[in-house]
Amino acid sequence: MKRILVAIKRVVDYNVRVRVKPDGTGVITDGVKMSINPFDEIALEEALRIKEKGLAEEVVAVSIGPADCQQQLRTALAMGADRAIHVQTDAVIEPLSAARIFKSLIDREQPLLAILGKQAIDDDCNQTGQMLAALWGRPQATFASKVEVGATSATVTREVDAGLETIEIDLPAVITTDLRLNEPRYVKLPDIMKAKKKPLDTLDPAALGVTPAEQLRALKFEPPAQRSKGVMVKDAQELVAALRSKGLV
Amino acid sequence: MNKILIVAEHDGHNLNAAIAKCVSCARAIESAHVTIAVFAADPTAVAAQAANIAGVDTVVTVAHAANAHALAATLAPQVAELAGGYSHVFGPSTTFGKDLMPRVAALLGAPQLSDVMAVESATRFRRPIYAGNAIVTVEVAAGTQLVATVRVASFEAAKAAAAAAPISAATLKAELPTHTRFVSISAARSDRPDLQTATRVISGGRAFGSAENFQLLYALADKMGAAVGASRAAVDAGYAASDMQVGQTGKIVAPELYMAFGISGAIQHLTGIKDARTIVAINKDAEAPIFEVADYGLVGDLFQIVPELERLIAAGK
Ligand SMILES: Cc1cc2nc3c(=O)[nH]c(=O)nc-3n(C[C@H](O)[C@H](O)[C@H](O)COP(=O)(O)OP(=O)(O)OC[C@H]3O[C@@H](n4cnc5c(N)ncnc54)[C@H](O)[C@@H]3O)c2cc1C
Repeated sequence: MKRILVAIKRVVDYNVRVRVKPDGTGVITDGVKMSINPFDEIALEEALRIKEKGLAEEVVAVSIGPADCQQQLRTALAMGADRAIHVQTDAVIEPLSAARIFKSLIDREQPLLAILGKQAIDDDCNQTGQMLAALWGRPQATFASKVEVGATSATVTREVDAGLETIEIDLPAVITTDLRLNEPRYVKLPDIMKAKKKPLDTLDPAALGVTPAEQLRALKFEPPAQRSKGVMVKDAQELVAALRSKGLV
Repeated sequence: MNKILIVAEHDGHNLNAAIAKCVSCARAIESAHVTIAVFAADPTAVAAQAANIAGVDTVVTVAHAANAHALAATLAPQVAELAGGYSHVFGPSTTFGKDLMPRVAALLGAPQLSDVMAVESATRFRRPIYAGNAIVTVEVAAGTQLVATVRVASFEAAKAAAAAAPISAATLKAELPTHTRFVSISAARSDRPDLQTATRVISGGRAFGSAENFQLLYALADKMGAAVGASRAAVDAGYAASDMQVGQTGKIVAPELYMAFGISGAIQHLTGIKDARTIVAINKDAEAPIFEVADYGLVGDLFQIVPELERLIAAGK
């Protein structure tokens, strides 16, 4: 079966102003709104569109993390994923562990594509997709803004510093999404009801042969240096005078 | 001794300015021995530039026709092979480094730190998370090989060397895949300075309303010798190219002067500009969050203010 695996990470919603705990042991997540990582939502949308074009038959949403991740998987199912896999763990999952878990699922599921967000907006790592592609020994098309899937290969346009790069990759492959790839659909109420009946399997990392290693130990968290509030100027003339006095224009 | 390998980013002719900043990051590690690796079809010119950065001990070149375009799938096995014996493997936190380094890390079975902004020791580093809302200090166990991308806006470029470092050529055995092929790149050629190295950057937001109106900003930029950036909203709306996006998921800039026109100041945008020496905000809404980080704020209509600034700046020259 032509299958697409999509990564769904549960993260603090992008609208939340994240604050560091006073004791520096982490950031405040109690009572904070959690959502699907925005880039993963784009990944799921792209997978659904590929399926709707008849180029894939099944979309499987995968999340790694604590029990609460099932909320995000249910949302993914409501958006249109056919089934979900929850790799349940309370351990710290570094990108390399996440990639190892995905690789092990790939061995089971034999997908045509694995689509992941280019980064998660919590740790901002931007690593998992690339690591997965390396472990799998398959192509990676990162920061995708356009994907065209063919019979045995795909053409992907990537947002790079210099502009837009186009590459051709043989399938199967890993794609990571950038913001402008698509605009994810909204979930409708009847879909939420239907999603409750869709299969959601739960596994633990050990069942996949992965012991999450903690190689990067977070010692302390601090708020960033604050910029002090400056002055208001009344017009363009005053602004230019101020900038000129500092040699900036 | 800490042996640090830095993977050079280049376009075949010129070494990317980010590499001299990676050298500064590497040099911040105690008893560092710094090697720059240049993978290219013909590495000669780029290697010479790398050898001329102060703080570089050696340059290694790997010449291969497959290295004509920087494809992570092709480069990663070569970097991984070369990386044996190095304690740290660094790349810039540009799209080149972000694409390549995690693939290298996975081949090495090594952890990666993304966006290193400060070095505390050979095993302890600081990096931003949550769009820069928190800074975390991270430690790896001594003896663990570490891959990292360097947040280039956090480091000054290393100076030119008094004497060039020795250059040697390496021949590698790594088998190179053919499953990933370069097709084309469309880069908007412009005579304006590069966003990430410019001393002045002026950016526009959704307020411009159209690509035509956005041209106002280019006229001002040309008078100022500034690079032009944009908010995500302006890029999404098609007023500006994707490579102009500044912020958490775009480019991090660190100019002497950053001017934001009609940009509200969402956290995702602010994280890309916090390293600017002086921030100026022009917005018609006095309550816009951008004013909280601005050194100079001006409340008003950009459609009046941009042409006025252009006139005043031109007149002063
Ligand atoms: C996952 C994720 C990643 C993101 N990454 C980025 C990123 O990297 N970079 C980024 O910029 N954003 C990013 N965003 C988007 C960000 O949240 C904001 O939506 C975006 O920055 C808003 O752009 P803006 O300020 O141009 O538009 P708006 O927020 O709409 O602000 C427009 C401003 O223009 C002012 N204005 C209107 N008319 C005039 C006028 N005539 N004269 C003067 N002022 C005027 C208004 O008062 C307003 O303040 C990201 C969002 C998500 C979810």
